[in-house]
Amino acid sequence: MKAAAFDYLRPASLGEALALLATHKDDCKILAGGQSLVPAMNFRLARPAILIDINDLDELDHLRADAGQLKIGALTRHAAFHRPVVEGPLGTLLAKVVRHIAHYPIRQRGTFAGSLSHADPASEWCLVATTLRAEMVAKSARGERVIAASDFFHGTFTTALEPDEILAEIRLPIMTPDWRVGFYEFSRRAGDFALGMAVAAAKVEDGTIREARLGVGGVGDRAIRLGALEDQLVGTPASSDVIDSIDRIAREARGMIEPSGDIHASPEYRRDLIAASVKRALTEALA
Amino acid sequence: MSFVGRSLRRIEDRPLLMGQGAFAADCNWPGQLHMRVVRSPVAFGRILGVETEEATALEGVVAIWTIAELDDLPPIDFRQMGLERLAPYRQFVLARDYVRYVGEPVAVVVAVDPYIAEDAADLVFCDIEELEPQLDATAEPVAFMPDVHPGLMSEPAVIRRGYGDLDAAFACARRVVELEVKIGRHTGVPMETRGGLCVYDTEKDTLRLYGAAKVPHYNRDAISRMLGLAPGRLELSEGHVGGGFGIRGELYPEDVLVCAAALRLKRPVKWIEDRREHLLAANHSRDQVYRLKAAVDSRGFILGLKADFFTDQGAYVRTHGTTVTDLSAGLLPGPYVIPAYDVAGHIRLTNKTPAGTYRAPGRYESTFARERLIDAIAIELGLSPVEVRRVNLIGEAAMPFDRGFETLGTRVVYDSGKYADLLERVLAHLDYDRLQQQLTERRSRGELVGLGLGYFVEKSGLGPQDLVRMRLDMRGDIEIVTGVASVGQGVETALAQICAETLQVPIERIRVIHGQTDRIEIGFGAFASRVTVMAGSAVKIAAEALRATALEVAARLLQTTPQALRLSNGMIETVNGSASLPLGDVAAHLEETGGLTGEGRFASSHMTYPYGIHAAQVRVDPATCAVTIERYVVAYDVGRAVNPMLIEGQIVGGVAQGVGGAFLEEFVYDENGQPLAASFADYLMPTCHEVPEVEVLLREDAPSPLNPLGVKGAGEGGINAAGAALAGAIDAAIQKPGAVAQLPITPGRLHAILRGGR
Repeated sequence: MKAAAFDYLRPASLGEALALLATHKDDCKILAGGQSLVPAMNFRLARPAILIDINDLDELDHLRADAGQLKIGALTRHAAFHRPVVEGPLGTLLAKVVRHIAHYPIRQRGTFAGSLSHADPASEWCLVATTLRAEMVAKSARGERVIAASDFFHGTFTTALEPDEILAEIRLPIMTPDWRVGFYEFSRRAGDFALGMAVAAAKVEDGTIREARLGVGGVGDRAIRLGALEDQLVGTPASSDVIDSIDRIAREARGMIEPSGDIHASPEYRRDLIAASVKRALTEALA
Repeated sequence: MSFVGRSLRRIEDRPLLMGQGAFAADCNWPGQLHMRVVRSPVAFGRILGVETEEATALEGVVAIWTIAELDDLPPIDFRQMGLERLAPYRQFVLARDYVRYVGEPVAVVVAVDPYIAEDAADLVFCDIEELEPQLDATAEPVAFMPDVHPGLMSEPAVIRRGYGDLDAAFACARRVVELEVKIGRHTGVPMETRGGLCVYDTEKDTLRLYGAAKVPHYNRDAISRMLGLAPGRLELSEGHVGGGFGIRGELYPEDVLVCAAALRLKRPVKWIEDRREHLLAANHSRDQVYRLKAAVDSRGFILGLKADFFTDQGAYVRTHGTTVTDLSAGLLPGPYVIPAYDVAGHIRLTNKTPAGTYRAPGRYESTFARERLIDAIAIELGLSPVEVRRVNLIGEAAMPFDRGFETLGTRVVYDSGKYADLLERVLAHLDYDRLQQQLTERRSRGELVGLGLGYFVEKSGLGPQDLVRMRLDMRGDIEIVTGVASVGQGVETALAQICAETLQVPIERIRVIHGQTDRIEIGFGAFASRVTVMAGSAVKIAAEALRATALEVAARLLQTTPQALRLSNGMIETVNGSASLPLGDVAAHLEETGGLTGEGRFASSHMTYPYGIHAAQVRVDPATCAVTIERYVVAYDVGRAVNPMLIEGQIVGGVAQGVGGAFLEEFVYDENGQPLAASFADYLMPTCHEVPEVEVLLREDAPSPLNPLGVKGAGEGGINAAGAALAGAIDAAIQKPGAVAQLPITPGRLHAILRGGR
């Protein structure tokens, strides 16, 4: 478990980093928190010839609310979300979700953007980004582009990022106070990857759900937004009989996924777990 | 002042807490080389060739060897419980002709740094013709190594035990209860991986191996035999050891290889195992299937027990020989009378990592099987599980209780025990009837909650003997030299307490030397919960001898008789308080005639048998199949507790590992024999989140008559019945009697039980 030899570069500016990426492309990997990359290198599952350490790039170290969006720079650590980073439902939700990401020391180093770039299907942040319709800002020497979450994740460990691009920023829409949020995750041990999880959010006006967000993760090759069920929620009264709707939606969610099996969970179990997760996330948000 | 029986703080902790521990990886020597093992990527196959040219050409590589270069090394022999017919199944230090598991050492690389060694190992190509692996120990045996050992099959031995008239028992049975249960493949995973540094002394032409553990004396002799070294040319030295659990410190290929490399290259050679290697290469354990058939009367009394079980031994028979299977057969009857018994334990080889002992070997498994059986009998007869246990327990008057056969070469005689009494104490502690009522009420409100029990008999204090030498110097400091080992369990403190009790010296003045083969000629190490029983008794004997000498000399110096003297706080004083003398002065007086010393040797041909009960209360979440342990109680009678705090620590640590085996830890293989749990991402160890608070009822109701202290070993009771109690609790919680027949109880398996309507 000693990494294969690699060169280590530590650019002093984003421009320099992007130039290095343009030169080395597939031969290099970006090092931010290193919480997934470094173990993979020690197992020699990843053997990048060059590591480009971005930790000196102040341009990427920001976390701010701006024009209705929460802008998360590439160097923002998981631990930054331990306390709500914005007032209202979004900050509450992120603070709830972050507690499920690995363990405290890992959260001090690992980054939000690193999780998204790594694109583990069981990543909490990937689920949040997908469900809440985040925008990804990719930068390269060629320029900048904004990628919708729905276009960003291509499968297990694969994204829309080109080899010369860096995920510089993630933009999450800030929810107004009339949004209600819920999250549920089940893993075999505290801090393990999710066997199943769900994020739910609903905008409730005059006792009726006007907008909804619902996504599940830990099943399949990427997080899944359950758009059809979001549509069903819209127009539903958020009163005591919402429970019946939740039960029905949880049952439907069960049929909308095609989970694979592994040594930790069978497909049947995962399906039931997703139904339970959806129910609990929705119940937390609405009931 | 009494020292035995008090929860004194550990005297060995200072360096550990100061970051000054000397574990295997902390040992370094100028000019040292680094060894890396090339391991088989396939589960079973014939070796066609091992290509090393490209690796050899790498700058910094000093040597690469396969079995062709180490052809003179014999296979690794059995440390205990060897049988002649097991001999062909022993493992060579590097694979010969065949590879039999993923992770088997095929070649070894020595290089100037560990990175280069790993780079070079990656370049070694093993050309292997893959064959169909055997992965099921209950399947028909297959050829071990076709054509190399024609006719040698994958069942090296069947261990049989029995007594009584089983036919008669079944003939008059009211009911016959049958059961098949499985215990998963898991093992002890110490925080410190294995490792060693072997240093060659050019001047003396000797070797010294640092990083030894568990059985340094045995391993010194075994390695010396294998390398053809005369006595005195190899010494082993134990530093700090980050956990043993039975698996660490057994003699493995890598220990021999590191010594062979140092000897051949005449340079220091270091090897530190990484975690992936550890999970593939260090002993696995458990992995048994039991088929039980009990003849019972109307009260649930077991008239006779017929048992067949299978031990998945993995690819080879390692140092433990038949130990695990032998202990399983020997301890399966546990605390119950069972007047007729017949057992066949099949040792079966498969293409998985070889197996050995892990904390409570053969007992974690057999207790799970037996206690599941007791629960099944209760269900079949509509009795309470407590009542069935009550009617089967061996009575106090029957002690010592001779089981009528042997295990580990010693006759199974339960030396003492108040089994019924302990059960009643646990029930009282739980307020059992009220608790069951509460649980019933909670279940009626829709909660899935339940309580499970596991009763067990442990064994400890395996002989044959231990030797202790003790010396008190002119400053009054005492050095105890023993041949036992410390795997971190508090040996130094426990032995110091026993010494302090006899000599009435402050415990801080006592230093305990262990695991150094050049300090004492014999030693039997740390396993089988034997250290406090064997070395503790030897310390007491040595301390008494030293005390007698001290009193005699002091009596002369003080012009009185030994009977008129007593020891107190490092001094010898007259009983009437008129005169006193520091013990160090007596030592000074004896300096020219060999000093103030004592020697103690304690031998025993019988083990002691502690016993206990686990009680677990759990809650099941039917939607996620999560199990929450709401309460966990361990009652354990150790005869006499030298240091209750250390024993509680042993019990709590044991429960943690027991919970791991019951819920989380499992070496899973795919159909090609590829291990799927080869890192901590997939081999799940319990963490502080998963381990419950443990209520310990430490009892001293039945001291052992077999040693001068009355002690029984305390190392394994905390893990023994964890699987059994948790399985019973889950059955009760989901109200499906007998549902749990397999460990670990994963959420997936529980899901299948809950949905399958079993």
